Amino acid sequence: MILSLKKDLIKINREQDVVLLRNRTKEFAVKIKMGLVNQTKLITAASELVRNMLRYGGGGEVSVEAVTKGRDNGIRMIFKDSGPGIADVNKAMMDGYSTGKSLGLGLPGTKRLVNEFDLKSELGKGTTVTIIKWANG
Amino acid sequence: MERIPILKMGHFLLVTIQVDLYDRLAMDLEANLIREVNRTGAKGVLIDISAVEIVDSFMGRIIGNIASMSKLLDAQTVVVGMQPAVAITLVELGLELPGVHTALNVERGMELLQGMIISDDIIIDDDDDTFPEKGFDKDQ
Ligand SMILES: Nc1ncnc2c1ncn2[C@@H]1O[C@H](COP(=O)(O)OP(=O)(O)OP(=O)(O)O)[C@@H](O)[C@H]1O
Ligand SMILES: [Mg+2]
Repeated sequence: MILSLKKDLIKINREQDVVLLRNRTKEFAVKIKMGLVNQTKLITAASELVRNMLRYGGGGEVSVEAVTKGRDNGIRMIFKDSGPGIADVNKAMMDGYSTGKSLGLGLPGTKRLVNEFDLKSELGKGTTVTIIKWANG
Repeated sequence: MERIPILKMGHFLLVTIQVDLYDRLAMDLEANLIREVNRTGAKGVLIDISAVEIVDSFMGRIIGNIASMSKLLDAQTVVVGMQPAVAITLVELGLELPGVHTALNVERGMELLQGMIISDDIIIDDDDDTFPEKGFDKDQ
């Protein structure tokens, strides 16, 4: 079972919020003594997801949470937007697929950088991505 | 408005990124750098990212753009001082930077550029860490 230790909600409306979210994520990761490489992976993943949220989802809200499971501590982050949703999630998860003329790396790359990754999307309703990075994962 | 300074060092331009780049700033840097390469006829661009803790796909793309546009203006791009944690993360993210050379620090980067200019003169490309022509094609 995953227990929550501390949680913060951050509203994402403009590009400067990306930096704000990164800093907050770093604070949380440092607090649970996550190593530098894992911190870097987590913050990079968060950065990708928050950019998607701004670019495709019209902004939204991110929760950053310190969680614990048995002896493991980790950071859980939930990215929730009420944008148009993703028509074909399988496609969106493929390397190189982008509707924004970009590299199409964000989603598949994020999945590789974290320990747990879950994407739920409904057309016309929005998209929610949940990730967990364990301190020693 | 905030702006990232571009220093001219001999035939090269040096940019040291010390603040967190948000989109507008990164895009301004891209535009300013290309203008400076054009104006000064610089043969190389050194981007020092030793103070940068996070490189995501957005920033990777900016660096890639700078490299491919500089290439069009006959200048090489070298990224120097990438932190090991950043390098590891970029590999896992899957971000390749075609046409971008890397070096440990600014000094080594200068040496690398110097070598490339010389090898350019005798029309031999003896650089084996990247294939600029390939990267160039990819970015088209
Ligand atoms: N929050 C979202 N809302 C709606 N569509 C999204 C959302 N996130 C991603 N997508 C869709 O999924 C596609 C793939 O996303 P991904 O982050 O992998 O690539 P990208 O953002 O296009 O490129 P990159 O992240 O490499 O710059 C996007 O092009 C977009 O169509
Ligand atoms: Mg993306």
